[in-house]
Amino acid sequence: MMKTALKGAVYGLIALAASTAVADESAELVINGETEIVTRADAPAHLDGALSEVTSGWLYRSDETQAMQMDDFDNPGMLAVEDAMVAWGTAEGTENKSCADCHGAAEEGMAGVRATYPKWNDNAEEVRTLAMQINACRTENMGAEEWKYDGGDMLAMEGLISYAGRGDTINVAIDGPAQAMWEQGRDMYYTRTGQLELSCANCHEQNYGNMIRADHLSQGQINGFPTYRLKNAKLNGVHSRFKGCVRDTRAETYAVGSEDFIALELYVASRGNGLSVEGPSVRN
Amino acid sequence: MADNVTPRVRVPRDATAGEVITIKTLISHPMESGQRKDGDGNPIPRSIINRFTCDFNGQNVIDVTLEPAISTNPYFEFQATVPESGAFTFTWYDDDGSVYEDTKEIAVS
Ligand code: HEC
Ligand code: HEC
Repeated sequence: MMKTALKGAVYGLIALAASTAVADESAELVINGETEIVTRADAPAHLDGALSEVTSGWLYRSDETQAMQMDDFDNPGMLAVEDAMVAWGTAEGTENKSCADCHGAAEEGMAGVRATYPKWNDNAEEVRTLAMQINACRTENMGAEEWKYDGGDMLAMEGLISYAGRGDTINVAIDGPAQAMWEQGRDMYYTRTGQLELSCANCHEQNYGNMIRADHLSQGQINGFPTYRLKNAKLNGVHSRFKGCVRDTRAETYAVGSEDFIALELYVASRGNGLSVEGPSVRN
Repeated sequence: MADNVTPRVRVPRDATAGEVITIKTLISHPMESGQRKDGDGNPIPRSIINRFTCDFNGQNVIDVTLEPAISTNPYFEFQATVPESGAFTFTWYDDDGSVYEDTKEIAVS
Protein backbone atom coordinates (compact mmCIF):
# COMPACT_ATOMS: atom_id res chain seq x y z
CA MET A 1 0.00 0.00 0.00
CA MET A 2 2.65 2.49 1.16
CA LYS A 3 4.79 1.66 -1.82
CA THR A 4 2.05 2.37 -4.35
CA ALA A 5 1.23 5.71 -2.78
CA LEU A 6 4.86 6.80 -2.91
CA LYS A 7 5.23 5.75 -6.53
CA GLY A 8 2.16 7.71 -7.52
CA ALA A 9 3.57 10.82 -5.94
CA VAL A 10 6.90 10.41 -7.69
CA TYR A 11 5.31 10.03 -11.10
CA GLY A 12 3.14 13.04 -10.42
CA LEU A 13 6.08 15.24 -9.57
CA ILE A 14 8.20 14.51 -12.62
CA ALA A 15 5.40 14.77 -15.15
CA LEU A 16 6.61 17.71 -17.20
CA ALA A 17 4.10 18.87 -19.77
CA ALA A 18 4.17 21.46 -22.52
CA SER A 19 3.46 25.02 -21.50
CA THR A 20 -0.14 26.20 -21.49
CA ALA A 21 -1.13 29.84 -21.63
CA VAL A 22 -1.07 30.64 -17.92
CA ALA A 23 1.25 33.60 -17.95
CA ASP A 24 2.11 36.44 -20.19
CA GLU A 25 5.83 35.91 -20.71
CA SER A 26 6.06 39.03 -22.85
CA ALA A 27 4.64 41.39 -20.21
CA GLU A 28 6.65 44.44 -19.12
CA LEU A 29 7.16 45.20 -15.46
CA VAL A 30 6.85 48.83 -14.42
CA ILE A 31 6.23 49.41 -10.72
CA ASN A 32 3.94 52.26 -9.63
CA GLY A 33 3.92 53.43 -13.23
CA GLU A 34 7.50 54.72 -12.83
CA THR A 35 10.21 52.19 -11.90
CA GLU A 36 11.16 50.12 -14.94
CA ILE A 37 12.35 46.63 -14.10
CA VAL A 38 14.54 44.60 -16.46
CA THR A 39 12.92 41.15 -16.58
CA ARG A 40 14.93 39.86 -19.57
CA ALA A 41 18.63 40.40 -20.10
CA ASP A 42 21.51 38.87 -22.04
CA ALA A 43 22.94 36.08 -19.95
CA PRO A 44 26.22 36.88 -18.16
CA ALA A 45 29.39 35.49 -19.79
CA HIS A 46 29.80 32.69 -17.23
CA LEU A 47 26.56 31.13 -18.57
CA ASP A 48 27.91 30.80 -22.13
CA GLY A 49 26.60 27.60 -23.64
CA ALA A 50 23.97 27.17 -20.90
CA LEU A 51 21.59 30.11 -21.35
CA SER A 52 21.47 32.99 -23.82
CA GLU A 53 18.93 35.02 -21.88
CA VAL A 54 18.17 35.35 -18.20
CA THR A 55 14.59 36.03 -17.13
CA SER A 56 12.86 37.10 -13.95
CA GLY A 57 10.45 34.71 -12.22
CA TRP A 58 7.82 37.46 -12.48
CA LEU A 59 7.32 36.64 -16.18
CA TYR A 60 6.07 33.14 -15.38
CA ARG A 61 3.39 34.09 -12.89
CA SER A 62 -0.31 34.52 -13.68
CA ASP A 63 -1.69 37.89 -14.81
CA GLU A 64 -3.21 38.52 -11.37
CA THR A 65 0.01 37.74 -9.51
CA GLN A 66 2.00 39.87 -11.96
CA ALA A 67 -0.40 42.77 -11.36
CA MET A 68 0.09 42.63 -7.58
CA GLN A 69 3.75 43.48 -8.01
CA MET A 70 3.09 46.42 -10.33
CA ASP A 71 1.66 48.66 -7.63
CA ASP A 72 3.12 48.91 -4.13
CA PHE A 73 -0.37 49.34 -2.73
CA ASP A 74 -1.32 45.92 -4.03
CA ASN A 75 1.97 44.28 -3.00
CA PRO A 76 1.54 42.71 0.46
CA GLY A 77 5.33 42.47 0.79
CA MET A 78 5.30 46.23 1.28
CA LEU A 79 3.58 45.76 4.66
CA ALA A 80 6.76 44.12 5.92
CA VAL A 81 8.83 46.92 4.37
CA GLU A 82 6.78 49.42 6.38
CA ASP A 83 7.52 47.44 9.55
CA ALA A 84 11.22 47.44 8.69
CA MET A 85 11.16 51.23 8.26
CA VAL A 86 10.12 51.45 11.91
CA ALA A 87 12.84 48.97 12.95
CA TRP A 88 15.38 50.97 10.90
CA GLY A 89 14.84 54.00 13.12
CA THR A 90 14.61 52.14 16.46
CA ALA A 91 17.65 52.22 18.75
CA GLU A 92 18.59 48.81 20.19
CA GLY A 93 21.33 46.95 21.99
CA THR A 94 24.06 47.96 24.42
CA GLU A 95 25.18 50.78 22.08
CA ASN A 96 21.63 52.14 21.95
CA LYS A 97 21.97 52.81 18.24
CA SER A 98 19.60 52.43 15.30
CA CYS A 99 20.47 51.55 11.71
CA ALA A 100 19.56 55.14 10.83
CA ASP A 101 22.16 56.56 13.26
CA CYS A 102 24.96 55.16 11.12
CA HIS A 103 23.39 54.75 7.67
CA GLY A 104 20.98 57.72 7.46
CA ALA A 105 17.71 57.29 5.59
CA ALA A 106 17.33 53.72 4.29
CA GLU A 107 16.39 54.88 0.78
CA GLU A 108 19.73 56.68 0.43
CA GLY A 109 22.00 54.75 2.79
CA MET A 110 21.06 51.39 1.27
CA ALA A 111 20.84 52.45 -2.40
CA GLY A 112 22.87 50.13 -4.58
CA VAL A 113 23.52 47.61 -1.79
CA ARG A 114 21.15 44.73 -2.61
CA ALA A 115 22.44 44.35 -6.19
CA THR A 116 25.92 43.23 -5.10
CA TYR A 117 24.99 40.59 -2.51
CA PRO A 118 26.20 38.02 -1.57
CA LYS A 119 29.68 39.56 -1.55
CA TRP A 120 33.12 39.09 -0.10
CA ASN A 121 33.87 40.99 3.10
CA ASP A 122 37.58 41.76 3.49
CA ASN A 123 37.64 42.26 7.26
CA ALA A 124 35.67 39.14 8.06
CA GLU A 125 37.35 37.21 5.23
CA GLU A 126 34.11 35.55 4.24
CA VAL A 127 31.34 35.75 1.66
CA ARG A 128 28.41 37.47 3.31
CA THR A 129 24.77 37.32 2.42
CA LEU A 130 22.67 40.38 3.19
CA ALA A 131 21.29 38.57 6.24
CA MET A 132 24.80 37.89 7.56
CA GLN A 133 25.77 41.54 7.08
CA ILE A 134 22.64 42.75 8.88
CA ASN A 135 23.38 40.42 11.80
CA ALA A 136 27.02 41.54 11.84
CA CYS A 137 25.80 45.13 12.22
CA ARG A 138 23.40 44.10 14.94
CA THR A 139 25.94 42.18 17.02
CA GLU A 140 29.15 44.17 16.33
CA ASN A 141 27.84 47.71 15.80
CA MET A 142 24.75 47.78 18.00
CA GLY A 143 25.41 45.17 20.67
CA ALA A 144 21.97 43.75 19.84
CA GLU A 145 20.72 40.18 19.47
CA GLU A 146 20.99 38.45 16.13
CA TRP A 147 17.83 38.12 14.12
CA LYS A 148 16.80 34.61 13.08
CA TYR A 149 18.02 33.76 9.60
CA ASP A 150 14.98 33.98 7.27
CA GLY A 151 12.85 35.02 10.28
CA GLY A 152 10.22 37.74 9.98
CA ASP A 153 12.35 40.68 11.23
CA MET A 154 15.27 39.72 9.03
CA LEU A 155 13.18 39.27 5.87
CA ALA A 156 11.39 42.55 6.47
CA MET A 157 14.77 44.35 6.70
CA GLU A 158 15.99 42.57 3.56
CA GLY A 159 12.74 43.70 1.96
CA LEU A 160 13.48 47.31 2.88
CA ILE A 161 17.05 47.11 1.57
CA SER A 162 15.75 45.55 -1.67
CA TYR A 163 13.14 48.29 -1.95
CA ALA A 164 15.89 50.91 -1.49
CA GLY A 165 17.82 49.32 -4.36
CA ARG A 166 14.86 48.44 -6.56
CA GLY A 167 15.63 48.73 -10.25
CA ASP A 168 19.41 48.50 -9.74
CA THR A 169 21.17 46.01 -12.01
CA ILE A 170 22.25 42.82 -10.26
CA ASN A 171 26.03 42.77 -10.29
CA VAL A 172 27.42 40.02 -8.09
CA ALA A 173 31.21 39.53 -8.22
CA ILE A 174 32.31 35.96 -8.89
CA ASP A 175 36.08 36.36 -9.12
CA GLY A 176 38.82 37.12 -6.60
CA PRO A 177 38.36 35.75 -3.11
CA ALA A 178 34.70 34.80 -3.78
CA GLN A 179 35.61 32.44 -6.61
CA ALA A 180 36.15 29.25 -4.61
CA MET A 181 32.75 29.52 -2.97
CA TRP A 182 31.14 30.42 -6.28
CA GLU A 183 32.56 27.23 -7.84
CA GLN A 184 31.22 25.21 -4.94
CA GLY A 185 27.78 26.72 -5.59
CA ARG A 186 28.01 25.98 -9.30
CA ASP A 187 28.83 22.33 -8.61
CA MET A 188 25.83 22.10 -6.31
CA TYR A 189 23.58 23.62 -8.96
CA TYR A 190 24.44 20.92 -11.48
CA THR A 191 24.50 17.95 -9.08
CA ARG A 192 21.47 15.65 -9.10
CA THR A 193 20.10 15.01 -5.63
CA GLY A 194 17.43 12.97 -3.90
CA GLN A 195 15.32 10.00 -4.83
CA LEU A 196 14.21 11.85 -7.93
CA GLU A 197 17.81 12.52 -8.94
CA LEU A 198 17.16 16.03 -10.15
CA SER A 199 19.53 18.99 -10.15
CA CYS A 200 18.51 22.64 -10.04
CA ALA A 201 19.53 22.80 -13.68
CA ASN A 202 17.18 19.96 -14.69
CA CYS A 203 14.23 22.10 -13.71
CA HIS A 204 15.39 25.71 -13.90
CA GLU A 205 17.80 25.59 -16.86
CA GLN A 206 16.42 22.81 -19.06
CA ASN A 207 12.70 23.18 -18.40
CA TYR A 208 11.88 26.78 -17.61
CA GLY A 209 8.74 27.84 -19.46
CA ASN A 210 7.30 24.32 -19.08
CA MET A 211 4.65 23.25 -16.61
CA ILE A 212 5.53 20.98 -13.72
CA ARG A 213 2.16 19.82 -12.51
CA ALA A 214 0.26 23.07 -11.90
CA ASP A 215 3.37 25.24 -11.61
CA HIS A 216 4.95 27.25 -14.40
CA LEU A 217 8.71 26.73 -14.12
CA SER A 218 10.90 29.81 -14.07
CA GLN A 219 14.68 30.00 -14.15
CA GLY A 220 14.72 29.99 -10.34
CA GLN A 221 16.32 33.45 -10.16
CA ILE A 222 16.66 35.28 -6.85
CA ASN A 223 16.64 38.91 -8.02
CA GLY A 224 13.10 39.18 -6.62
CA PHE A 225 13.92 38.09 -3.07
CA PRO A 226 12.61 38.37 -0.50
CA THR A 227 9.38 37.24 -2.15
CA TYR A 228 5.89 37.50 -0.75
CA ARG A 229 4.26 34.15 -1.48
CA LEU A 230 0.50 33.84 -1.74
CA LYS A 231 0.96 30.26 -0.55
CA ASN A 232 2.01 31.24 2.98
CA ALA A 233 1.07 34.94 3.01
CA LYS A 234 4.46 36.24 4.15
CA LEU A 235 7.91 37.17 2.93
CA ASN A 236 10.13 34.20 2.09
CA GLY A 237 13.91 34.06 2.11
CA VAL A 238 16.28 32.62 -0.49
CA HIS A 239 17.47 29.73 1.69
CA SER A 240 13.95 28.69 2.67
CA ARG A 241 13.05 28.61 -1.02
CA PHE A 242 16.13 26.52 -1.81
CA LYS A 243 15.19 24.19 1.01
CA GLY A 244 11.73 23.63 -0.49
CA CYS A 245 13.22 22.88 -3.90
CA VAL A 246 15.84 20.45 -2.56
CA ARG A 247 13.15 18.72 -0.51
CA ASP A 248 11.02 18.40 -3.65
CA THR A 249 13.77 16.21 -5.13
CA ARG A 250 13.30 14.04 -2.03
CA ALA A 251 16.78 14.72 -0.75
CA GLU A 252 18.08 15.55 2.72
CA THR A 253 18.28 19.30 2.57
CA TYR A 254 20.86 21.78 3.88
CA ALA A 255 20.11 24.11 6.76
CA VAL A 256 18.96 27.69 6.27
CA GLY A 257 22.04 29.88 6.83
CA SER A 258 24.49 26.99 6.19
CA GLU A 259 27.71 27.44 4.24
CA ASP A 260 26.34 25.18 1.49
CA PHE A 261 23.34 27.41 0.95
CA ILE A 262 25.51 30.55 1.08
CA ALA A 263 27.64 29.08 -1.74
CA LEU A 264 24.51 28.15 -3.70
CA GLU A 265 23.04 31.62 -3.13
CA LEU A 266 26.22 33.28 -4.40
CA TYR A 267 26.12 31.17 -7.54
CA VAL A 268 22.38 31.54 -8.20
CA ALA A 269 22.58 35.31 -7.57
CA SER A 270 25.32 35.57 -10.22
CA ARG A 271 23.08 33.78 -12.74
CA GLY A 272 20.85 36.84 -12.45
CA ASN A 273 23.57 39.39 -13.27
CA GLY A 274 21.92 41.85 -15.66
CA LEU A 275 18.39 41.56 -14.23
CA SER A 276 16.98 44.19 -11.86
CA VAL A 277 16.56 44.08 -8.12
CA GLU A 278 12.78 43.71 -7.83
CA GLY A 279 12.21 42.70 -4.21
CA PRO A 280 9.96 42.46 -2.43
CA SER A 281 8.36 40.52 -5.28
CA VAL A 282 5.08 38.59 -5.36
CA ARG A 283 4.96 34.89 -6.27
CA ASN A 284 2.46 32.08 -5.79
CA MET B 1 -5.82 40.62 20.15
CA ALA B 2 -4.24 41.12 16.77
CA ASP B 3 -1.08 43.26 16.87
CA ASN B 4 0.10 45.73 14.35
CA VAL B 5 -3.22 46.30 12.61
CA THR B 6 -2.91 49.20 10.17
CA PRO B 7 -5.54 50.29 7.67
CA ARG B 8 -4.50 51.71 4.31
CA VAL B 9 -6.68 53.40 1.72
CA ARG B 10 -6.17 54.83 -1.72
CA VAL B 11 -8.75 57.27 -3.12
CA PRO B 12 -8.07 59.72 -5.99
CA ARG B 13 -7.62 63.29 -4.71
CA ASP B 14 -10.05 64.75 -7.27
CA ALA B 15 -12.67 63.67 -9.78
CA THR B 16 -15.33 65.16 -12.04
CA ALA B 17 -18.99 65.02 -10.96
CA GLY B 18 -20.54 61.62 -11.68
CA GLU B 19 -17.18 60.01 -12.44
CA VAL B 20 -16.68 56.37 -11.47
CA ILE B 21 -13.56 56.12 -9.35
CA THR B 22 -11.62 53.10 -8.09
CA ILE B 23 -10.97 52.74 -4.38
CA LYS B 24 -8.42 50.35 -2.89
CA THR B 25 -8.26 49.38 0.76
CA LEU B 26 -6.09 47.01 2.73
CA ILE B 27 -5.78 46.28 6.42
CA SER B 28 -2.86 44.33 7.86
CA HIS B 29 -4.43 41.60 9.97
CA PRO B 30 -3.60 37.90 10.55
CA MET B 31 -7.23 36.73 10.00
CA GLU B 32 -6.76 33.72 12.26
CA SER B 33 -9.51 31.34 11.13
CA GLY B 34 -10.09 29.45 14.38
CA GLN B 35 -9.49 26.18 12.51
CA ARG B 36 -5.76 25.90 13.18
CA LYS B 37 -3.92 24.29 16.09
CA ASP B 38 -0.71 25.43 17.77
CA GLY B 39 2.38 23.27 18.34
CA ASP B 40 0.79 21.64 21.39
CA GLY B 41 -2.39 20.71 19.55
CA ASN B 42 -4.57 23.39 21.16
CA PRO B 43 -6.93 25.28 18.87
CA ILE B 44 -5.84 28.85 18.07
CA PRO B 45 -8.89 31.06 18.75
CA ARG B 46 -10.55 32.81 15.85
CA SER B 47 -9.49 36.45 15.42
CA ILE B 48 -10.67 38.14 12.23
CA ILE B 49 -11.97 41.39 10.83
CA ASN B 50 -15.66 40.47 10.50
CA ARG B 51 -17.10 43.57 8.82
CA PHE B 52 -15.92 46.34 6.54
CA THR B 53 -17.91 49.39 5.53
CA CYS B 54 -17.40 52.45 3.37
CA ASP B 55 -19.58 55.55 3.52
CA PHE B 56 -19.57 58.74 1.48
CA ASN B 57 -20.92 61.89 3.15
CA GLY B 58 -22.98 59.71 5.48
CA GLN B 59 -24.39 57.47 2.75
CA ASN B 60 -23.37 53.83 2.68
CA VAL B 61 -21.30 52.72 -0.34
CA ILE B 62 -20.57 49.12 0.63
CA ASP B 63 -21.06 46.95 3.70
CA VAL B 64 -19.20 43.65 3.67
CA THR B 65 -19.40 40.66 6.01
CA LEU B 66 -16.08 38.82 6.21
CA GLU B 67 -15.83 35.13 7.01
CA PRO B 68 -12.94 33.13 8.51
CA ALA B 69 -11.82 31.73 5.13
CA ILE B 70 -10.63 35.16 4.00
CA SER B 71 -6.83 35.41 3.88
CA THR B 72 -4.40 37.49 5.87
CA ASN B 73 -4.41 41.25 5.16
CA PRO B 74 -7.85 41.57 3.56
CA TYR B 75 -7.84 43.74 0.45
CA PHE B 76 -10.90 45.32 -1.14
CA GLU B 77 -11.01 47.12 -4.43
CA PHE B 78 -14.32 48.62 -5.57
CA GLN B 79 -15.78 51.48 -7.57
CA ALA B 80 -17.93 54.40 -6.51
CA THR B 81 -19.67 57.23 -8.31
CA VAL B 82 -18.98 60.59 -6.70
CA PRO B 83 -21.71 63.23 -7.11
CA GLU B 84 -20.04 65.97 -5.05
CA SER B 85 -17.00 66.88 -2.97
CA GLY B 86 -16.82 65.18 0.38
CA ALA B 87 -15.23 62.45 2.44
CA PHE B 88 -15.13 58.69 2.33
CA THR B 89 -15.06 56.99 5.72
CA PHE B 90 -13.77 53.44 5.97
CA THR B 91 -14.43 51.24 9.00
CA TRP B 92 -13.14 47.80 9.89
CA TYR B 93 -14.63 45.80 12.79
CA ASP B 94 -12.40 43.32 14.64
CA ASP B 95 -13.60 40.21 16.52
CA ASP B 96 -11.86 41.61 19.60
CA GLY B 97 -14.12 44.67 19.59
CA SER B 98 -11.55 47.07 18.12
CA VAL B 99 -12.78 49.39 15.38
CA TYR B 100 -10.32 50.84 12.88
CA GLU B 101 -11.17 53.93 10.86
CA ASP B 102 -9.74 55.98 8.05
CA THR B 103 -11.07 58.99 6.11
CA LYS B 104 -10.18 60.36 2.69
CA GLU B 105 -11.34 63.65 1.17
CA ILE B 106 -12.12 64.01 -2.51
CA ALA B 107 -12.64 67.24 -4.44
CA VAL B 108 -15.23 67.08 -7.21
CA SER B 109 -15.32 69.69 -9.96
C1 HEC C 1 27.39 51.88 14.75
C2 HEC C 1 27.15 52.04 13.34
C3 HEC C 1 26.26 51.04 12.60
C4 HEC C 1 24.98 50.64 12.93
C5 HEC C 1 24.17 51.01 14.14
C6 HEC C 1 24.55 49.80 11.85
N1 HEC C 1 25.54 49.67 10.91
FE1 HEC C 1 25.39 48.71 9.15
N2 HEC C 1 27.33 49.18 8.73
C7 HEC C 1 28.16 49.92 9.54
C8 HEC C 1 29.49 49.94 8.97
C9 HEC C 1 30.71 50.64 9.55
C10 HEC C 1 29.40 49.19 7.77
C11 HEC C 1 30.54 48.86 6.84
C12 HEC C 1 30.62 49.88 5.78
C13 HEC C 1 31.33 49.29 4.62
O1 HEC C 1 32.25 48.51 4.81
O2 HEC C 1 30.90 49.61 3.51
C14 HEC C 1 28.04 48.75 7.64
C15 HEC C 1 27.55 48.02 6.57
C16 HEC C 1 26.22 47.65 6.40
C17 HEC C 1 25.70 47.01 5.22
C18 HEC C 1 26.48 46.65 3.97
C19 HEC C 1 26.57 47.82 3.04
C20 HEC C 1 27.32 47.49 1.78
O3 HEC C 1 27.51 48.40 0.97
O4 HEC C 1 27.69 46.32 1.56
C21 HEC C 1 24.36 46.78 5.46
C22 HEC C 1 23.38 46.10 4.52
C23 HEC C 1 24.08 47.28 6.79
N3 HEC C 1 25.21 47.82 7.31
C24 HEC C 1 22.83 47.22 7.39
C25 HEC C 1 22.56 47.67 8.67
C26 HEC C 1 21.29 47.51 9.33
C27 HEC C 1 20.06 46.85 8.72
C28 HEC C 1 21.42 48.04 10.57
C29 HEC C 1 20.39 48.09 11.67
C30 HEC C 1 19.81 46.80 12.05
C31 HEC C 1 22.80 48.56 10.68
N4 HEC C 1 23.45 48.30 9.51
C32 HEC C 1 23.30 49.20 11.79
C33 HEC C 1 27.81 50.55 10.71
C34 HEC C 1 26.59 50.42 11.34
C1 HEC D 1 11.56 19.34 -9.55
C2 HEC D 1 11.88 20.60 -10.16
C3 HEC D 1 12.70 21.59 -9.35
C4 HEC D 1 14.00 21.44 -8.93
C5 HEC D 1 14.91 20.23 -9.10
C6 HEC D 1 14.35 22.69 -8.32
N1 HEC D 1 13.30 23.56 -8.35
FE1 HEC D 1 13.32 25.49 -7.80
N2 HEC D 1 11.37 25.70 -8.25
C7 HEC D 1 10.58 24.68 -8.78
C8 HEC D 1 9.24 25.17 -8.96
C9 HEC D 1 8.07 24.38 -9.52
C10 HEC D 1 9.24 26.50 -8.52
C11 HEC D 1 8.06 27.49 -8.51
C12 HEC D 1 7.86 28.05 -9.90
C13 HEC D 1 9.08 28.76 -10.41
O1 HEC D 1 9.34 29.93 -10.06
O2 HEC D 1 9.87 28.11 -11.13
C14 HEC D 1 10.59 26.80 -8.11
C15 HEC D 1 11.01 28.03 -7.63
C16 HEC D 1 12.32 28.35 -7.33
C17 HEC D 1 12.78 29.66 -6.95
C18 HEC D 1 11.91 30.91 -6.83
C19 HEC D 1 11.98 31.77 -8.08
C20 HEC D 1 11.28 33.07 -7.96
O3 HEC D 1 11.25 33.81 -8.96
O4 HEC D 1 10.76 33.41 -6.90
C21 HEC D 1 14.11 29.56 -6.73
C22 HEC D 1 15.04 30.67 -6.30
C23 HEC D 1 14.50 28.18 -6.98
N3 HEC D 1 13.38 27.48 -7.34
C24 HEC D 1 15.78 27.68 -6.86
C25 HEC D 1 16.12 26.35 -7.01
C26 HEC D 1 17.44 25.82 -6.74
C27 HEC D 1 18.64 26.64 -6.30
C28 HEC D 1 17.38 24.49 -6.98
C29 HEC D 1 18.46 23.43 -6.76
C30 HEC D 1 18.86 23.27 -5.39
C31 HEC D 1 16.02 24.19 -7.42
N4 HEC D 1 15.29 25.34 -7.40
C32 HEC D 1 15.58 22.95 -7.78
C33 HEC D 1 10.99 23.42 -9.14
C34 HEC D 1 12.26 22.92 -8.96
